[in-house]
Amino acid sequence: MQWETVIGLEVHVQLATQSKIFSGASTAFGAEPNTQACAIDLAMPGTLPVPNEQAFRDAIMFGLAIDADIARTSMFERKNYFYPDLPKAYQTTQLEKPIVGRGHVDIELADGSKKSIRIHHAHLEEDAGKSLHEGSFEIHGHGMTGIDLNRAGTPLIEIVSEPDMRNAEEAVAFARKLHSIVTSLGICDGNMSQGSMRFDVNISVRPKGSDTFGTRTETKNLNSFKFMEDAIALEVERQIDLIEDGGKVIQETRLYNGDTKQARAMRSKEEANDYRYFPCPDLLPIVFEDDYIEQIRQSLPELPDARRDRFIEQYGLSRYDANSLSGDAAVAQFFQTAAAGSDAKLAANWIMGELSARLNAEDRVIQDSPVSADQLAGMIARLKDGTISSKMAKQVFDAMWNGEGDADGIIEARGLKQVSDSGAIEALVDDVIANSPQQVDNYRNADDAKRPKMLGYFVGQIMKASKGQANPQQVNDVLLEKLNALL
Amino acid sequence: MHNKTLAEIIAGLNSGAFSSVEITGHLLNRIRQLDPQYNSFITVTAEAALASAEAADRQRASGNAPLFCGVPIAHKDIFCTNGVRTSCGSKMLDNFVPPYDATVVENFAQAGAVILGKTNMDEFAMGSSNETSYYGPVKNPWDVNCVPGGSSGGSAAALAARLTPGATATDTGGSIRQPAALCGVTGLKPTYGRVSRWGMVAFASSLDQAGPMARSAEDCALMLNAMASFDPRDSTSIDREVPDYTANLNQPLSSLKIGIPKEYFGEGLNPGTEQAVREALTEYEKQGATLVDISLPHSHLAVPAYYVIAPAEASANLSRFDGVRYGYRCEDPKDLRDLYMRTRGEGFGDEVKRRILVGAYCLSAGYYDAYYRKAQQVRHLIKQDFVDAFATVDVIMGPTSPSPAFAFGAKGDDPVAMYLEDVFTIATNLAGLPGMSLPCGFVDNRPVGLQIIGNYFDEGLMLNAAHQFQRATDWHQRAPEGLE
Repeated sequence: MQWETVIGLEVHVQLATQSKIFSGASTAFGAEPNTQACAIDLAMPGTLPVPNEQAFRDAIMFGLAIDADIARTSMFERKNYFYPDLPKAYQTTQLEKPIVGRGHVDIELADGSKKSIRIHHAHLEEDAGKSLHEGSFEIHGHGMTGIDLNRAGTPLIEIVSEPDMRNAEEAVAFARKLHSIVTSLGICDGNMSQGSMRFDVNISVRPKGSDTFGTRTETKNLNSFKFMEDAIALEVERQIDLIEDGGKVIQETRLYNGDTKQARAMRSKEEANDYRYFPCPDLLPIVFEDDYIEQIRQSLPELPDARRDRFIEQYGLSRYDANSLSGDAAVAQFFQTAAAGSDAKLAANWIMGELSARLNAEDRVIQDSPVSADQLAGMIARLKDGTISSKMAKQVFDAMWNGEGDADGIIEARGLKQVSDSGAIEALVDDVIANSPQQVDNYRNADDAKRPKMLGYFVGQIMKASKGQANPQQVNDVLLEKLNALL
Repeated sequence: MHNKTLAEIIAGLNSGAFSSVEITGHLLNRIRQLDPQYNSFITVTAEAALASAEAADRQRASGNAPLFCGVPIAHKDIFCTNGVRTSCGSKMLDNFVPPYDATVVENFAQAGAVILGKTNMDEFAMGSSNETSYYGPVKNPWDVNCVPGGSSGGSAAALAARLTPGATATDTGGSIRQPAALCGVTGLKPTYGRVSRWGMVAFASSLDQAGPMARSAEDCALMLNAMASFDPRDSTSIDREVPDYTANLNQPLSSLKIGIPKEYFGEGLNPGTEQAVREALTEYEKQGATLVDISLPHSHLAVPAYYVIAPAEASANLSRFDGVRYGYRCEDPKDLRDLYMRTRGEGFGDEVKRRILVGAYCLSAGYYDAYYRKAQQVRHLIKQDFVDAFATVDVIMGPTSPSPAFAFGAKGDDPVAMYLEDVFTIATNLAGLPGMSLPCGFVDNRPVGLQIIGNYFDEGLMLNAAHQFQRATDWHQRAPEGLE
């Protein structure tokens, strides 16, 4: 039987606010446990939440970016469940009146086809703390669970898609597009390894052509695109095998382990909590005036699609290159800085090629690149004006990567300047021709078609004589001219 | 000296008739001697009180004294006090010492008040008799066999026994007004949002409101001047100027229209209580006010709606008491579930557990619409009753509670009978309106309270009406025998 996969995503996006959604404590990542949790985050008796306006602005920006309805009146509910890292024993979240209503996110697939993924809604909520389980935390030699409440109260938007995706590629493209949108808006730092974006994937399968949904499972808390792709493949295969073997998929929550590449069931629907949602009486409904929303709309930064189109228009990039460079806001910024001081196409090639490979190899993001956009621009300028060859440029890049400074200084220090002086090059060419009578004869006697292949020998000799510093293009030109004169 | 009102103490301190150390010391002695009989304090902060009295006397001598400089008062043990145990009447918080002050506590500190201690209360403010306190019941100074009312029974009894001239209190369904009535003192629950809830241990967030309790309306006005504030830490606090509540106390009442709701004078009202209230209304007529018969047609729905909404909110508010971060934790929990079950099983008393269960039930899948949503709809109707009534009258008056103080254990086995204690007070909390109670007579030597309900932010008018009554009567000056 032919099977069709149906995928919907719930995405938790940590907002890049300075302070928490209902308290003044800092949201910075990586502090000592429980040093960024105030009395409100600890749910001390008598403490009360005060909403952080920036979280509303961020959520509204997201809503406007996906062409969604913005609720004119929004409210918070309490979602009740007991867990040690949930201090109030309820999560303040939104159910009946989420701040962002229906919208859509448009994705582009590898084959160039496009698809619009509908967003059901997006709501604001607070994150929980973290439980540090046995093994990672010990007291008096006993395994214990430690609670770190630094993350408790960090603002999130949870984005809920419709089940519009039909394979892992679409799901990953959607996830990447969301990443691109929220980082372009500046509402999230996009740092997946620190949990700034976390994906819950709802997956079901059905016979191709069927118009009813199969029973779905939810694989929770995936924090990389690669894990998401792998987890979807694994779960789809598991469900199809299960059904083809006469079994039934049961509705459950699953956990995927990226290290072992395995997933396990966490809890079934029967074990699910009754969360007893009700409106939070400590927080009044929030009303947004049209002016307020309009003012946010006016201040929206450039979004990924517009930026891609502009890159094609302004820099003459291919659609593929423009897509690659416009998706991540930081990459786009890097590209623009590099291109402004040099050459757009060269900058594009270097960023997508060498720089991206080096960053990937060291698992770094472009914000942490040892080579700055200005430095790259400086190197490309020397490449473009012929001071250095492509081969030299790789050496310069390596040196910059290792912190040896700007291109000009490195070129100077290493004596990397390529010889573009035509007199010097002519002399080199003449020497090699004079010293290679046999090869010159062969060249002369060869067919027109074979001659170009015979140039390599001469070029090699000339470059060797110049210690690699002759401008290869110039060498080619002069050599051809002089050899042809001998015909 | 202990009979003095706050106004008289302020005047005495200003004139130098006595010092803060003198009156504070006198009241602390009195608490030491008498309170073992009444149990109105959970914690007495004698040392800190004397130290701040000394500081206040020095400050006054330097010529820069805020209104309450050196004036002793007590706080209900629901308000968090930095460095002083705040138990909320519960074993759950018996060991809880907050690292912060409630806004109300801060406001009084800024006004210069001296804090004698923390008063007893029903556990988590759930009760109308003070019998649910982990620290034992408070005795009514008018009759130690009777309850003082609740949940602010400690504050009310301490005032009646002349152990403090003023006390803070809170009111979720009548917890200021009913004990004020049963102990013969004056108490005011302000408009919801008038006084900050920051640092006040939450019972039912949409209903909880702090207010003053004292031995006169004038004193309540003085206290409210200090208590009320806009507080950006409480999202339900209202950003509205705080008037001087003493400014209009002496306005004549000749144009006052008083609504008399027929629903507050029906079946279940003690005849002696009714007589005292009717006589008080006659006094108002004598002062030129007009009595207008009105109807609040949804009054009978107030108690059932309240006992859905308040427990529902409480069930979530009290979930944080889980033994993980502070407060009571059971001995040697064997796993997480055991930690939760035994901490909460052992830390909470029966009435608190009852309300958590009721609340969780009302919010459960499949019951939410029938209970919680329906109760919210009823709440809206009740509010509308008042809006309609205030279109024609200035204030509403009636009894505060259906009968005077009852004996300990009299309603212990019957939660519904206990809940009906608040039948006349609950509606104002549901509507968010201000309400107050002032002494207006006795039944068998037990005080009766007259309730005044005002329109939103009309505390000034209510205090004016109460003060004019107290100028003409002396019910509020009566003290239990031997405590004068």
